Amino acid sequence: MILIGERINGMFKDIREAIQNKDPEPVRYWAKRQQEQCAAYLDINTGPTVEKEDQPAVMEWLVKTAQEVSTLPCCIDSTNPDAIEAGLKVHRGKAMINSTTADQWKMDIYIPMAAKYNAAIIGLAMNEKGVPKSAADRIALAMEIVVNCDMHGVPMEDLYIDPLMLPCNVAQEHGVEVLETLRMIKTLADPAPRTTMGLSNASQRCTNRHLINRTFLIMSMACGLDSAIADVDDDALLDAVAAANILLNKDIYCDSFLKTFRSR
Amino acid sequence: MAVTIAKEKWTSKVGEMVLGADSSVKVGGESTLPYLHFEGEIPNKPVLALEVWDLEPADWPEILKKPFNDVLADPVAWAKKNVEYGADAIALRLMSAHPDFKDASPEDCAATAKAVAEAVNVPLIVIGCGVEEKDAEVLEKVGEALSGKNCLIGCATEKNYKTITATAMVNGHSVIASSPLDINLAKQLNILMTEMNLPANRIAIDPLVGALGYGIEYAYSIMERARLGALMGDKMLAMPVICFVGQEAWKAKEAKSPDEESPEWGAQERRAILWEVITTTTFAQAGGSIFVLRHPETVKQVKVHIDKMMESNAY
Repeated sequence: MILIGERINGMFKDIREAIQNKDPEPVRYWAKRQQEQCAAYLDINTGPTVEKEDQPAVMEWLVKTAQEVSTLPCCIDSTNPDAIEAGLKVHRGKAMINSTTADQWKMDIYIPMAAKYNAAIIGLAMNEKGVPKSAADRIALAMEIVVNCDMHGVPMEDLYIDPLMLPCNVAQEHGVEVLETLRMIKTLADPAPRTTMGLSNASQRCTNRHLINRTFLIMSMACGLDSAIADVDDDALLDAVAAANILLNKDIYCDSFLKTFRSR
Repeated sequence: MAVTIAKEKWTSKVGEMVLGADSSVKVGGESTLPYLHFEGEIPNKPVLALEVWDLEPADWPEILKKPFNDVLADPVAWAKKNVEYGADAIALRLMSAHPDFKDASPEDCAATAKAVAEAVNVPLIVIGCGVEEKDAEVLEKVGEALSGKNCLIGCATEKNYKTITATAMVNGHSVIASSPLDINLAKQLNILMTEMNLPANRIAIDPLVGALGYGIEYAYSIMERARLGALMGDKMLAMPVICFVGQEAWKAKEAKSPDEESPEWGAQERRAILWEVITTTTFAQAGGSIFVLRHPETVKQVKVHIDKMMESNAY
Protein backbone atom coordinates (compact mmCIF):
# COMPACT_ATOMS: atom_id res chain seq x y z
CA MET A 1 0.00 0.00 0.00
CA ILE A 2 1.47 3.29 -1.18
CA LEU A 3 0.28 5.86 1.34
CA ILE A 4 0.04 9.50 0.29
CA GLY A 5 -0.07 11.82 3.30
CA GLU A 6 -2.97 14.24 2.92
CA ARG A 7 -1.96 16.77 5.52
CA ILE A 8 -0.10 19.51 3.60
CA ASN A 9 -3.25 21.05 2.21
CA GLY A 10 -4.53 24.62 2.55
CA MET A 11 -7.89 23.18 3.57
CA PHE A 12 -6.32 22.59 7.00
CA LYS A 13 -6.18 25.67 9.18
CA ASP A 14 -2.52 25.38 10.18
CA ILE A 15 -1.35 25.04 6.57
CA ARG A 16 -3.66 27.87 5.42
CA GLU A 17 -2.12 30.17 8.03
CA ALA A 18 1.38 28.97 7.17
CA ILE A 19 0.78 29.99 3.55
CA GLN A 20 -0.64 33.37 4.58
CA ASN A 21 2.26 34.13 6.94
CA LYS A 22 5.01 32.47 4.86
CA ASP A 23 5.75 30.41 7.95
CA PRO A 24 7.54 27.19 6.91
CA GLU A 25 7.26 25.47 10.30
CA PRO A 26 3.84 23.74 9.95
CA VAL A 27 4.81 22.50 6.47
CA ARG A 28 8.11 21.17 7.79
CA TYR A 29 6.38 19.52 10.73
CA TRP A 30 3.91 17.61 8.54
CA ALA A 31 6.53 16.70 5.97
CA LYS A 32 8.64 15.04 8.64
CA ARG A 33 5.75 13.62 10.62
CA GLN A 34 4.10 11.98 7.64
CA GLN A 35 7.38 10.44 6.52
CA GLU A 36 7.74 8.89 9.98
CA GLN A 37 4.21 7.56 9.63
CA CYS A 38 4.96 5.46 6.53
CA ALA A 39 3.87 7.93 3.86
CA ALA A 40 5.48 7.27 0.46
CA TYR A 41 4.35 10.61 -0.99
CA LEU A 42 3.39 13.97 0.46
CA ASP A 43 0.23 15.41 -1.07
CA ILE A 44 0.71 19.16 -1.57
CA ASN A 45 -2.34 21.36 -2.15
CA THR A 46 -2.48 25.14 -1.81
CA GLY A 47 -6.14 25.01 -0.79
CA PRO A 48 -9.03 27.03 -2.18
CA THR A 49 -8.21 30.32 -0.44
CA VAL A 50 -5.09 31.09 -2.49
CA GLU A 51 -5.86 33.29 -5.53
CA LYS A 52 -5.42 31.56 -8.86
CA GLU A 53 -2.53 33.79 -9.97
CA ASP A 54 -0.71 33.17 -6.69
CA GLN A 55 -1.09 29.37 -6.80
CA PRO A 56 2.07 28.60 -8.84
CA ALA A 57 4.32 30.54 -6.46
CA VAL A 58 2.66 29.04 -3.38
CA MET A 59 2.93 25.52 -4.81
CA GLU A 60 6.59 26.07 -5.53
CA TRP A 61 7.19 27.26 -1.98
CA LEU A 62 5.27 24.35 -0.45
CA VAL A 63 7.14 21.72 -2.49
CA LYS A 64 10.53 23.24 -1.73
CA THR A 65 9.76 23.65 1.95
CA ALA A 66 8.51 20.07 2.30
CA GLN A 67 11.46 18.59 0.43
CA GLU A 68 13.95 20.56 2.53
CA VAL A 69 13.14 18.34 5.50
CA SER A 70 11.82 15.18 3.89
CA THR A 71 13.25 12.80 1.30
CA LEU A 72 9.76 11.91 0.07
CA PRO A 73 8.46 12.79 -3.39
CA CYS A 74 5.33 14.95 -3.63
CA CYS A 75 1.90 14.39 -5.04
CA ILE A 76 1.24 17.79 -6.57
CA ASP A 77 -2.42 18.48 -6.10
CA SER A 78 -4.23 21.32 -7.85
CA THR A 79 -6.94 22.06 -10.40
CA ASN A 80 -4.66 24.68 -11.90
CA PRO A 81 -2.20 23.34 -14.51
CA ASP A 82 0.16 26.29 -13.96
CA ALA A 83 0.38 25.48 -10.26
CA ILE A 84 1.09 21.81 -11.03
CA GLU A 85 3.82 22.66 -13.50
CA ALA A 86 5.37 25.17 -11.08
CA GLY A 87 5.54 22.36 -8.49
CA LEU A 88 6.99 19.88 -10.97
CA LYS A 89 9.72 22.31 -11.99
CA VAL A 90 11.20 22.56 -8.51
CA HIS A 91 10.47 18.97 -7.48
CA ARG A 92 13.28 16.55 -6.62
CA GLY A 93 12.71 12.89 -7.55
CA LYS A 94 9.71 11.30 -9.23
CA ALA A 95 6.59 13.38 -8.58
CA MET A 96 2.93 12.47 -8.93
CA ILE A 97 0.39 14.73 -10.63
CA ASN A 98 -2.94 14.98 -8.84
CA SER A 99 -4.92 14.87 -11.10
CA THR A 100 -6.59 14.69 -14.49
CA THR A 101 -10.19 13.77 -15.17
CA ALA A 102 -11.31 11.81 -18.24
CA ASP A 103 -12.16 15.04 -20.11
CA GLN A 104 -10.12 15.11 -23.31
CA TRP A 105 -9.01 18.73 -22.92
CA LYS A 106 -7.64 18.03 -19.45
CA MET A 107 -5.93 14.81 -20.47
CA ASP A 108 -4.31 16.76 -23.30
CA ILE A 109 -2.70 19.04 -20.72
CA TYR A 110 -1.78 16.73 -17.87
CA ILE A 111 -0.75 13.47 -19.55
CA PRO A 112 1.92 15.10 -21.78
CA MET A 113 3.03 16.96 -18.64
CA ALA A 114 3.47 13.62 -16.83
CA ALA A 115 5.49 12.31 -19.77
CA LYS A 116 7.63 15.47 -19.92
CA TYR A 117 8.52 15.44 -16.21
CA ASN A 118 8.59 11.64 -15.92
CA ALA A 119 5.92 11.93 -13.23
CA ALA A 120 3.23 9.51 -12.13
CA ILE A 121 -0.33 10.74 -12.58
CA ILE A 122 -3.69 10.23 -10.90
CA GLY A 123 -6.62 9.84 -13.28
CA LEU A 124 -10.08 10.44 -11.85
CA ALA A 125 -12.81 8.20 -13.27
CA MET A 126 -15.12 11.19 -13.86
CA ASN A 127 -15.66 14.01 -16.33
CA GLU A 128 -17.44 17.36 -16.55
CA LYS A 129 -20.77 15.60 -16.21
CA GLY A 130 -19.74 14.54 -12.73
CA VAL A 131 -19.05 11.28 -10.94
CA PRO A 132 -20.74 8.31 -12.65
CA LYS A 133 -23.18 6.28 -10.62
CA SER A 134 -22.21 2.81 -11.78
CA ALA A 135 -18.97 0.86 -11.93
CA ALA A 136 -19.46 0.30 -15.67
CA ASP A 137 -19.59 4.05 -16.35
CA ARG A 138 -16.55 4.64 -14.16
CA ILE A 139 -14.65 1.95 -16.05
CA ALA A 140 -15.52 3.51 -19.42
CA LEU A 141 -13.90 6.74 -18.27
CA ALA A 142 -10.93 4.93 -16.73
CA MET A 143 -10.36 3.27 -20.11
CA GLU A 144 -10.20 6.69 -21.78
CA ILE A 145 -7.39 7.63 -19.40
CA VAL A 146 -5.56 4.33 -19.98
CA VAL A 147 -5.65 4.87 -23.75
CA ASN A 148 -4.43 8.45 -23.49
CA CYS A 149 -1.55 7.48 -21.19
CA ASP A 150 -0.57 4.71 -23.57
CA MET A 151 -0.59 7.18 -26.47
CA HIS A 152 1.85 9.45 -24.65
CA GLY A 153 4.07 6.63 -23.43
CA VAL A 154 3.15 6.97 -19.75
CA PRO A 155 3.58 3.41 -18.42
CA MET A 156 0.73 1.74 -16.54
CA GLU A 157 2.74 1.58 -13.30
CA ASP A 158 2.78 5.39 -13.35
CA LEU A 159 -0.99 5.71 -13.81
CA TYR A 160 -3.10 5.68 -10.65
CA ILE A 161 -6.82 5.51 -11.36
CA ASP A 162 -9.09 6.89 -8.67
CA PRO A 163 -12.60 5.41 -8.86
CA LEU A 164 -13.86 8.28 -6.67
CA MET A 165 -15.42 7.43 -3.36
CA LEU A 166 -18.16 9.77 -2.17
CA PRO A 167 -19.24 10.45 1.42
CA CYS A 168 -21.19 7.48 2.71
CA ASN A 169 -23.74 9.62 4.50
CA VAL A 170 -25.04 11.19 1.28
CA ALA A 171 -24.03 8.75 -1.47
CA GLN A 172 -24.20 5.40 0.21
CA GLU A 173 -24.81 3.43 -2.99
CA HIS A 174 -21.38 4.42 -4.37
CA GLY A 175 -19.31 2.22 -2.02
CA VAL A 176 -20.09 -1.07 -3.75
CA GLU A 177 -19.64 0.54 -7.17
CA VAL A 178 -16.20 1.79 -6.18
CA LEU A 179 -15.18 -1.68 -5.01
CA GLU A 180 -16.39 -3.22 -8.26
CA THR A 181 -14.54 -0.52 -10.23
CA LEU A 182 -11.30 -1.35 -8.42
CA ARG A 183 -11.63 -5.00 -9.44
CA MET A 184 -12.34 -4.07 -13.06
CA ILE A 185 -9.50 -1.55 -13.38
CA LYS A 186 -7.06 -4.41 -12.99
CA THR A 187 -8.44 -5.99 -16.19
CA LEU A 188 -8.01 -2.86 -18.36
CA ALA A 189 -4.41 -3.47 -19.38
CA ASP A 190 -1.52 -5.85 -18.80
CA PRO A 191 0.45 -4.76 -16.84
CA ALA A 192 -2.57 -3.22 -15.09
CA PRO A 193 -2.85 0.42 -14.11
CA ARG A 194 -2.48 1.18 -10.45
CA THR A 195 -5.30 2.44 -8.28
CA THR A 196 -5.65 5.13 -5.66
CA MET A 197 -8.37 6.85 -3.68
CA GLY A 198 -8.99 9.99 -1.67
CA LEU A 199 -9.88 7.96 1.40
CA SER A 200 -11.10 10.68 3.73
CA ASN A 201 -13.82 11.50 1.21
CA ALA A 202 -15.65 8.35 2.32
CA SER A 203 -16.39 9.82 5.72
CA GLN A 204 -16.93 13.57 5.09
CA ARG A 205 -19.26 14.97 7.74
CA CYS A 206 -19.80 11.55 9.29
CA THR A 207 -19.22 10.45 12.85
CA ASN A 208 -16.55 7.81 13.59
CA ARG A 209 -14.54 9.01 10.62
CA HIS A 210 -11.42 7.00 11.44
CA LEU A 211 -13.40 3.78 11.67
CA ILE A 212 -15.14 4.39 8.35
CA ASN A 213 -11.91 5.30 6.58
CA ARG A 214 -10.04 2.34 7.99
CA THR A 215 -12.78 -0.15 7.17
CA PHE A 216 -13.19 1.10 3.63
CA LEU A 217 -9.44 1.13 3.03
CA ILE A 218 -9.14 -2.53 4.00
CA MET A 219 -12.19 -3.52 1.93
CA SER A 220 -10.68 -1.65 -1.03
CA MET A 221 -7.28 -3.28 -0.59
CA ALA A 222 -8.96 -6.65 -0.98
CA CYS A 223 -10.40 -5.44 -4.30
CA GLY A 224 -7.09 -4.17 -5.70
CA LEU A 225 -6.40 -0.76 -4.18
CA ASP A 226 -2.66 0.00 -4.46
CA SER A 227 -2.51 3.45 -2.95
CA ALA A 228 -4.53 5.97 -0.95
CA ILE A 229 -4.41 9.62 -0.05
CA ALA A 230 -5.04 9.32 3.64
CA ASP A 231 -4.53 10.57 7.16
CA VAL A 232 -1.32 8.72 8.01
CA ASP A 233 -1.29 10.26 11.47
CA ASP A 234 -3.91 7.62 12.33
CA ASP A 235 -2.00 4.76 14.02
CA ALA A 236 -4.95 2.39 13.90
CA LEU A 237 -5.09 2.88 10.13
CA LEU A 238 -1.40 1.96 9.76
CA ASP A 239 -1.80 -1.14 11.92
CA ALA A 240 -4.79 -2.24 9.87
CA VAL A 241 -2.82 -1.81 6.64
CA ALA A 242 0.05 -3.83 8.12
CA ALA A 243 -2.38 -6.64 8.99
CA ALA A 244 -4.05 -6.46 5.58
CA ASN A 245 -0.66 -6.71 3.87
CA ILE A 246 -0.13 -9.98 5.71
CA LEU A 247 -3.62 -11.33 4.97
CA LEU A 248 -3.33 -10.41 1.29
CA ASN A 249 0.06 -12.19 1.16
CA LYS A 250 1.85 -8.98 0.21
CA ASP A 251 4.22 -9.01 3.19
CA ILE A 252 5.70 -12.15 4.69
CA TYR A 253 4.41 -12.79 8.18
CA CYS A 254 6.61 -12.52 11.25
CA ASP A 255 5.64 -11.89 14.86
CA SER A 256 6.88 -8.28 14.67
CA PHE A 257 4.80 -7.45 11.60
CA LEU A 258 3.45 -4.18 12.98
CA LYS A 259 6.94 -2.98 13.73
CA THR A 260 8.46 -4.08 10.41
CA PHE A 261 5.68 -2.32 8.52
CA ARG A 262 6.63 0.93 10.21
CA SER A 263 10.38 0.53 9.99
CA ARG A 264 10.68 0.30 6.25
CA MET B 1 4.10 -2.70 -34.09
CA ALA B 2 7.28 -3.14 -32.08
CA VAL B 3 7.14 -5.76 -29.34
CA THR B 4 8.01 -4.42 -25.91
CA ILE B 5 9.95 -7.01 -23.92
CA ALA B 6 8.36 -7.29 -20.50
CA LYS B 7 10.97 -7.03 -17.79
CA GLU B 8 10.26 -7.12 -14.09
CA LYS B 9 11.19 -3.88 -12.31
CA TRP B 10 12.26 -4.62 -8.76
CA THR B 11 12.44 -1.89 -6.17
CA SER B 12 15.05 -3.35 -3.86
CA LYS B 13 17.94 -5.79 -3.64
CA VAL B 14 19.73 -8.33 -1.48
CA GLY B 15 22.19 -6.84 0.99
CA GLU B 16 25.89 -7.28 0.29
CA MET B 17 28.03 -9.05 2.89
CA VAL B 18 31.79 -8.59 3.01
CA LEU B 19 33.99 -11.39 4.37
CA GLY B 20 37.66 -12.00 5.05
CA ALA B 21 40.39 -10.23 7.00
CA ASP B 22 41.19 -8.19 3.89
CA SER B 23 37.46 -7.84 3.03
CA SER B 24 38.23 -9.50 -0.28
CA VAL B 25 35.12 -11.62 -0.67
CA LYS B 26 31.66 -10.21 -1.26
CA VAL B 27 28.39 -12.11 -1.37
CA GLY B 28 24.82 -11.10 -2.18
CA GLY B 29 23.93 -7.74 -3.70
CA GLU B 30 21.61 -9.18 -6.37
CA SER B 31 18.85 -6.91 -7.69
CA THR B 32 16.95 -9.61 -9.56
CA LEU B 33 16.12 -13.31 -9.46
CA PRO B 34 19.10 -15.67 -9.81
CA TYR B 35 21.08 -15.24 -13.04
CA LEU B 36 18.51 -13.07 -14.83
CA HIS B 37 21.26 -10.66 -15.86
CA PHE B 38 18.87 -8.98 -18.28
CA GLU B 39 16.69 -7.72 -15.42
CA GLY B 40 19.22 -6.59 -12.84
CA GLU B 41 22.64 -6.96 -11.28
CA ILE B 42 24.27 -10.19 -10.14
CA PRO B 43 27.44 -8.55 -8.83
CA ASN B 44 28.95 -11.49 -6.93
CA LYS B 45 29.53 -15.17 -7.63
CA PRO B 46 28.37 -17.66 -5.04
CA VAL B 47 31.09 -18.59 -2.56
CA LEU B 48 32.06 -22.27 -2.35
CA ALA B 49 33.43 -23.28 1.05
CA LEU B 50 34.93 -26.66 1.95
CA GLU B 51 34.51 -28.11 5.41
CA VAL B 52 37.29 -28.74 7.88
CA TRP B 53 36.60 -30.63 11.10
CA ASP B 54 38.56 -30.26 14.28
CA LEU B 55 38.37 -33.99 14.86
CA GLU B 56 38.48 -36.88 12.47
CA PRO B 57 34.96 -37.39 11.13
CA ALA B 58 33.89 -40.90 12.07
CA ASP B 59 30.84 -41.27 9.87
CA TRP B 60 32.23 -39.97 6.56
CA PRO B 61 32.33 -42.63 3.84
CA GLU B 62 35.80 -43.74 2.71
CA ILE B 63 35.42 -42.07 -0.68
CA LEU B 64 34.88 -38.72 1.05
CA LYS B 65 37.84 -39.17 3.39
CA LYS B 66 40.14 -40.16 0.54
CA PRO B 67 41.03 -36.64 -0.72
CA PHE B 68 41.98 -35.65 2.85
CA ASN B 69 43.61 -38.90 4.05
CA ASP B 70 46.83 -37.35 5.26
CA VAL B 71 45.26 -34.30 6.94
CA LEU B 72 42.09 -35.52 8.67
CA ALA B 73 43.66 -35.23 12.11
CA ASP B 74 45.17 -31.78 11.49
CA PRO B 75 42.70 -28.95 10.89
CA VAL B 76 45.40 -26.48 9.84
CA ALA B 77 46.83 -28.80 7.19
CA TRP B 78 43.29 -29.74 6.12
CA ALA B 79 42.37 -26.07 5.67
CA LYS B 80 45.47 -25.44 3.55
CA LYS B 81 44.63 -28.47 1.46
CA ASN B 82 41.11 -27.10 0.87
CA VAL B 83 42.60 -23.87 -0.43
CA GLU B 84 44.75 -25.90 -2.82
CA TYR B 85 41.55 -27.66 -3.93
CA GLY B 86 40.11 -24.29 -4.94
CA ALA B 87 37.79 -23.49 -2.02
CA ASP B 88 36.74 -19.82 -1.86
CA ALA B 89 36.38 -20.10 1.91
CA ILE B 90 37.02 -22.54 4.74
CA ALA B 91 34.14 -23.76 6.88
CA LEU B 92 35.60 -24.91 10.18
CA ARG B 93 33.21 -27.17 12.06
CA LEU B 94 34.05 -27.35 15.76
CA MET B 95 32.65 -30.83 16.26
CA SER B 96 35.07 -31.57 19.13
CA ALA B 97 32.96 -29.28 21.32
CA HIS B 98 30.06 -31.73 21.16
CA PRO B 99 29.39 -33.39 24.52
CA ASP B 100 29.10 -36.77 22.74
CA PHE B 101 32.60 -36.42 21.28
CA LYS B 102 35.42 -34.67 23.13
CA ASP B 103 33.33 -31.99 24.85
CA ALA B 104 36.26 -29.67 24.10
CA SER B 105 36.43 -26.38 25.99
CA PRO B 106 35.61 -23.07 24.32
CA GLU B 107 39.24 -22.05 24.84
CA ASP B 108 40.56 -25.11 22.98
CA CYS B 109 38.14 -24.48 20.14
CA ALA B 110 39.19 -20.85 19.95
CA ALA B 111 42.85 -21.87 19.71
CA THR B 112 42.07 -24.22 16.80
CA ALA B 113 40.04 -21.53 15.03
CA LYS B 114 42.85 -19.03 15.44
CA ALA B 115 45.45 -21.43 14.08
CA VAL B 116 43.29 -22.19 11.04
CA ALA B 117 42.55 -18.50 10.41
CA GLU B 118 46.23 -17.68 10.46
CA ALA B 119 47.17 -20.50 8.12
CA VAL B 120 44.92 -19.55 5.20
CA ASN B 121 44.22 -16.35 3.28
CA VAL B 122 40.59 -17.08 2.41
CA PRO B 123 37.60 -16.11 4.58
CA LEU B 124 36.72 -18.36 7.48
CA ILE B 125 33.28 -19.65 8.38
CA VAL B 126 33.16 -21.09 11.88
CA ILE B 127 30.33 -23.43 12.80
CA GLY B 128 29.70 -24.86 16.24
CA CYS B 129 28.84 -28.44 17.08
CA GLY B 130 25.06 -27.93 16.85
CA VAL B 131 24.30 -28.01 20.57
CA GLU B 132 22.81 -24.58 21.07
CA GLU B 133 24.01 -23.75 24.60
CA LYS B 134 27.49 -25.07 23.93
CA ASP B 135 27.75 -23.20 20.64
CA ALA B 136 26.96 -19.93 22.40
CA GLU B 137 29.87 -20.50 24.82
CA VAL B 138 32.22 -21.72 22.12
CA LEU B 139 31.47 -18.98 19.60
CA GLU B 140 31.87 -16.29 22.25
CA LYS B 141 35.50 -17.33 22.71
CA VAL B 142 36.05 -18.03 19.02
CA GLY B 143 34.68 -14.60 18.10
CA GLU B 144 37.15 -12.98 20.50
CA ALA B 145 40.11 -15.00 19.24
CA LEU B 146 39.29 -14.12 15.62
CA SER B 147 38.64 -10.44 16.29
CA GLY B 148 39.15 -8.37 13.14
CA LYS B 149 39.24 -11.44 10.85
CA ASN B 150 35.77 -10.63 9.53
CA CYS B 151 34.50 -14.20 9.77
CA LEU B 152 31.04 -15.70 9.42
CA ILE B 153 30.05 -17.50 12.61
CA GLY B 154 27.09 -19.63 13.62
CA CYS B 155 24.73 -21.08 13.69
CA ALA B 156 22.60 -18.67 15.73
CA THR B 157 19.13 -19.90 16.61
CA GLU B 158 16.18 -18.50 18.52
CA LYS B 159 17.78 -19.90 21.69
CA ASN B 160 21.37 -18.68 21.43
CA TYR B 161 21.34 -15.70 19.07
CA LYS B 162 21.93 -13.11 21.79
CA THR B 163 25.40 -14.26 22.80
CA ILE B 164 26.47 -14.97 19.24
CA THR B 165 25.17 -11.64 17.93
CA ALA B 166 26.90 -9.78 20.75
CA THR B 167 30.28 -11.41 20.09
CA ALA B 168 29.93 -10.80 16.36
CA MET B 169 29.22 -7.12 16.95
CA VAL B 170 32.10 -6.59 19.35
CA ASN B 171 34.62 -8.50 17.22
CA GLY B 172 33.49 -7.54 13.73
CA HIS B 173 32.04 -10.80 12.44
CA SER B 174 28.90 -11.73 10.52
CA VAL B 175 26.39 -14.28 11.80
CA ILE B 176 24.56 -17.27 10.31
CA ALA B 177 20.92 -17.21 11.43
CA SER B 178 19.32 -20.65 11.30
CA SER B 179 15.64 -21.45 11.31
CA PRO B 180 14.04 -24.77 10.45
CA LEU B 181 12.60 -24.32 6.92
CA ASP B 182 10.25 -21.59 8.06
CA ILE B 183 10.33 -18.21 6.38
CA ASN B 184 8.34 -16.51 9.15
CA LEU B 185 10.75 -17.66 11.85
CA ALA B 186 13.70 -16.71 9.65
CA LYS B 187 12.35 -13.19 9.29
CA GLN B 188 11.63 -12.91 13.00
CA LEU B 189 15.15 -14.06 13.94
CA ASN B 190 16.64 -11.48 11.57
CA ILE B 191 14.52 -8.80 13.24
CA LEU B 192 15.61 -9.85 16.72
CA MET B 193 19.27 -9.75 15.68
CA THR B 194 19.03 -6.37 13.95
CA GLU B 195 17.22 -5.02 17.02
CA MET B 196 20.48 -5.68 18.87
CA ASN B 197 21.99 -3.27 16.28
CA LEU B 198 23.77 -5.90 14.18
CA PRO B 199 23.68 -4.43 10.65
CA ALA B 200 21.38 -6.39 8.35
CA ASN B 201 24.20 -7.02 5.87
CA ARG B 202 26.08 -8.97 8.53
CA ILE B 203 23.46 -11.73 8.67
CA ALA B 204 23.31 -14.78 6.41
CA ILE B 205 20.09 -16.78 6.37
CA ASP B 206 20.46 -20.53 6.87
CA PRO B 207 17.11 -22.06 5.90
CA LEU B 208 18.33 -25.57 6.86
CA VAL B 209 18.06 -26.97 3.37
CA GLY B 210 17.58 -30.63 2.53
CA ALA B 211 19.41 -32.57 -0.18
CA LEU B 212 18.12 -33.79 -3.50
CA GLY B 213 15.41 -36.31 -2.75
CA TYR B 214 15.10 -35.10 0.83
CA GLY B 215 12.89 -32.04 0.64
CA ILE B 216 14.92 -30.01 -1.83
CA GLU B 217 11.80 -28.50 -3.40
CA TYR B 218 10.53 -27.24 -0.07
CA ALA B 219 13.78 -25.42 0.64
CA TYR B 220 13.85 -24.16 -2.93
CA SER B 221 10.43 -22.54 -2.64
CA ILE B 222 11.32 -20.91 0.68
CA MET B 223 14.50 -19.45 -0.78
CA GLU B 224 12.62 -18.23 -3.82
CA ARG B 225 9.99 -16.58 -1.65
CA ALA B 226 12.64 -14.91 0.50
CA ARG B 227 14.34 -13.54 -2.61
CA LEU B 228 11.06 -12.22 -3.98
CA GLY B 229 10.42 -10.56 -0.63
CA ALA B 230 13.90 -9.02 -0.67
CA LEU B 231 13.43 -7.67 -4.19
CA MET B 232 10.09 -6.18 -3.23
CA GLY B 233 11.62 -4.27 -0.34
CA ASP B 234 11.43 -6.62 2.65
CA LYS B 235 14.68 -5.66 4.38
CA MET B 236 14.34 -8.41 6.94
CA LEU B 237 14.59 -11.07 4.25
CA ALA B 238 17.18 -9.31 2.11
CA MET B 239 20.14 -11.33 3.38
CA PRO B 240 22.39 -13.68 1.44
CA VAL B 241 21.46 -17.34 1.95
CA ILE B 242 23.94 -19.97 3.12
CA CYS B 243 23.29 -23.63 2.27
CA PHE B 244 24.90 -26.48 4.17
CA VAL B 245 24.82 -28.81 1.21
CA GLY B 246 27.71 -31.11 2.13
CA GLN B 247 26.23 -32.31 5.40
CA GLU B 248 22.90 -33.04 3.73
CA ALA B 249 24.09 -34.59 0.48
CA TRP B 250 26.49 -36.95 2.26
CA LYS B 251 23.70 -38.08 4.61
CA ALA B 252 21.64 -39.31 1.66
CA LYS B 253 21.62 -43.05 1.19
CA GLU B 254 22.34 -42.47 -2.49
CA ALA B 255 25.69 -40.98 -1.41
CA LYS B 256 26.48 -43.42 1.39
CA SER B 257 25.54 -46.72 -0.18
CA PRO B 258 28.71 -48.49 -1.41
CA ASP B 259 29.16 -49.95 -4.91
CA GLU B 260 28.42 -53.54 -3.89
CA GLU B 261 25.21 -52.66 -2.03
CA SER B 262 23.45 -50.97 -4.97
CA PRO B 263 25.30 -51.81 -8.16
CA GLU B 264 22.35 -50.67 -10.27
CA TRP B 265 22.96 -47.11 -9.01
CA GLY B 266 26.41 -46.93 -10.53
CA ALA B 267 29.78 -46.29 -8.87
CA GLN B 268 29.40 -44.70 -5.43
CA GLU B 269 32.09 -42.07 -5.87
CA ARG B 270 30.60 -40.59 -9.01
CA ARG B 271 27.06 -40.88 -7.70
CA ALA B 272 27.81 -39.28 -4.32
CA ILE B 273 29.65 -36.35 -5.85
CA LEU B 274 26.82 -35.86 -8.33
CA TRP B 275 24.38 -35.80 -5.42
CA GLU B 276 26.33 -32.96 -3.85
CA VAL B 277 26.77 -31.14 -7.18
CA ILE B 278 23.10 -31.30 -8.20
CA THR B 279 21.93 -30.21 -4.77
CA THR B 280 24.30 -27.22 -4.96
CA THR B 281 23.40 -26.10 -8.47
CA THR B 282 19.71 -26.40 -7.64
CA PHE B 283 20.12 -24.09 -4.67
CA ALA B 284 22.28 -21.73 -6.70
CA GLN B 285 19.28 -21.43 -8.98
CA ALA B 286 17.07 -20.72 -5.94
CA GLY B 287 19.32 -17.86 -4.85
CA GLY B 288 21.91 -19.44 -2.54
CA SER B 289 25.03 -17.31 -2.06
CA ILE B 290 27.32 -19.41 0.15
CA PHE B 291 27.63 -23.19 -0.17
CA VAL B 292 29.31 -25.30 2.47
CA LEU B 293 30.54 -28.42 0.69
CA ARG B 294 32.58 -31.49 1.50
CA HIS B 295 34.16 -33.03 -1.61
CA PRO B 296 36.79 -31.10 -3.63
CA GLU B 297 35.49 -32.54 -6.89
CA THR B 298 32.12 -30.91 -6.13
CA VAL B 299 33.83 -27.53 -5.88
CA LYS B 300 35.47 -28.11 -9.25
CA GLN B 301 32.27 -29.12 -11.01
CA VAL B 302 30.06 -26.45 -9.43
CA LYS B 303 32.59 -23.78 -10.41
CA VAL B 304 32.22 -24.72 -14.06
CA HIS B 305 28.45 -24.46 -13.72
CA ILE B 306 28.57 -21.11 -11.93
CA ASP B 307 31.03 -19.58 -14.39
CA LYS B 308 28.56 -20.42 -17.12
CA MET B 309 25.62 -18.99 -15.15
CA MET B 310 27.56 -15.78 -14.49
CA GLU B 311 27.93 -15.08 -18.22
CA SER B 312 25.67 -12.18 -19.03
CA ASN B 313 22.37 -12.98 -20.74
CA ALA B 314 21.43 -9.30 -20.82
CA TYR B 315 19.62 -8.01 -23.87
